[in-house]
Amino acid sequence: MILDEIVAARAPWSTILRAGQSLQIIDLKGNQAVDTLFYAVTGDTVDPAGRYSAQATIAAQRNIFLTTGSVLRAADGRPLVTIVADEVGNHDTIAGACSKESNTLRYGHHTVHQHACAENFLAEAAKWGMGKRDIVSNVNFFMNVPVEADGTLGIVDGLSAPGKSLTVRADTDTLVLVSNCPQINNPCNGFDPTPVRMVITAP
Amino acid sequence: MTTASTDGARSHARSQASEASMRVPPLPDGVDGTRLVWAEAVPAESYASRVLGRGTRLRLSDPDGGACAHLLLFRADASWERLNVADTMKVPWQAYLGVGHPLLSDQGRLLATVVADSSGHHDLLCGLPPAGQPTMLLAAIKHGMDVRDVAPSATLFKGVRVEDSGALTFTGSAGPGAAVDLLIHLPVVVAVVNTAHPLDPQPAVTDLDIVAWRADEELTTPVNTDPEYLRALFNTESTWAAAQ
Repeated sequence: MILDEIVAARAPWSTILRAGQSLQIIDLKGNQAVDTLFYAVTGDTVDPAGRYSAQATIAAQRNIFLTTGSVLRAADGRPLVTIVADEVGNHDTIAGACSKESNTLRYGHHTVHQHACAENFLAEAAKWGMGKRDIVSNVNFFMNVPVEADGTLGIVDGLSAPGKSLTVRADTDTLVLVSNCPQINNPCNGFDPTPVRMVITAP
Repeated sequence: MTTASTDGARSHARSQASEASMRVPPLPDGVDGTRLVWAEAVPAESYASRVLGRGTRLRLSDPDGGACAHLLLFRADASWERLNVADTMKVPWQAYLGVGHPLLSDQGRLLATVVADSSGHHDLLCGLPPAGQPTMLLAAIKHGMDVRDVAPSATLFKGVRVEDSGALTFTGSAGPGAAVDLLIHLPVVVAVVNTAHPLDPQPAVTDLDIVAWRADEELTTPVNTDPEYLRALFNTESTWAAAQ
C-alpha cells in the first residue's frame, strides 16, 4: 500500500498515480458523487493535451456508462486509466461538475454562494499550475444519470451503498484531481455530502 | 504565363481569382442582403472560425447530406468562458439538441440558442474524432488560444441515440438540405470543423454551409420558457448590460 487517505466531505483532493498503480475509491457512507479528472503527467508536470476527455472515452466504448473494463482516455485517444473493479455497476461522465453558476440555473439564484465542485477543481488544479481552461467535463464516480428514450436525462438516486468501491489502474503516469461533491440540491450525494476513502496500491 | 520574374509571378497570381469558381452559400429567403455578415462553404476536413456579435443569427446547413459540423463557442472577450456540453445537457434536462435548446457557457450564461432545426440528428456525447483534434486546435490557435481551449464540442448533422443500457446507436444524417439556426446571445468566437463523426461507419463528408446575418430584434423574444432557460437569459442579459 502506497497511500490511504480520507477525503473530507465537500473537499478537493489530488495525487499522482504512477503507471501500474491502482486507486480504490471507497464510498464510505453510500451515494457520494466523487467528481474526478485525469491528466497525463511527465514527472510531476501536467501535459495539457493529455487531459481526460469524456467524449473520447464515450465514443471509444460506444456507451455513456463507465464500469469495469472502461478505458478513460484523453482527446487524442490515449488511455489514462482503466476501471479494473466496480461494485456499483455504472458511473456517469456526461453530466459534468456542479458550479455556483450552473446552480443558479438549476435551483435558483439563492444557491449562488453554496460550495460547488468547480470551485474545488479550480483550487486544486492551481496547485499543479493549471487554470480554468484546463478544467473539462469530468467523471462522476457513484453518480447515476440515466438518459431516457426522448433524451430526458437527470441525476437520480444513486446505485451505490455504504462501503462500495471502484478501482482504477493507471495506464500511464496520471494526475488524479478530485472534488468530493458538496452539492445539496439533488440526490447525487443523498442530499448529505460525506467523506470517501482513497487507497493506492502498487502493482 | 511565365513565373520566372516577379512581374510574371504577380500576373499569374492575379489571374487566378478571375478564372476560378467558388461556391458561396446563398442568402436565405427573407433575409435582407444588407444584414449578411458571413457566407462560406467549408469543404470536408476543413474548418472555419469567426467572431460573431450578440444578435447574430448563424445558420449551419448540410446541402449534400454528408456535412458533420463539430462546433466550439468561446466568449470573444473572455475566451476562458466557453461552451460547456455537460451543462448544455444537464441544465435543460435534455441530451438531444433541438429548437429552444440553450448552448450554455460554464458560467451559467447563454452563448447561443437553437432557434430552428430541420435535422434533428445531432450529438453532444461523442465529440471530435482524434483525427479531427489538430484541425480544431488550428482554429483555436488563430484566436490566441491553445490545446487547453479545445474543450468538448457539439456535433451537428450526425446523430446518436442512447439505449437503456447506455449503449450508443449512430443515427447518421437527416439527408441533404438540413439546417440549424443559432441565435448568438453574447459576442463569441465560433470555431467549426467539418469532419467525420467518430461513430460513422462509412464517413463521406460533404460541404458544410455557413451563413450569418444580423438579427438583433430576435433577442427580445425568448424561444424557451423553462425556468432554467429564463434564469440563463437573466444571467446573460444582466452580464451584458453591466459591461456596457
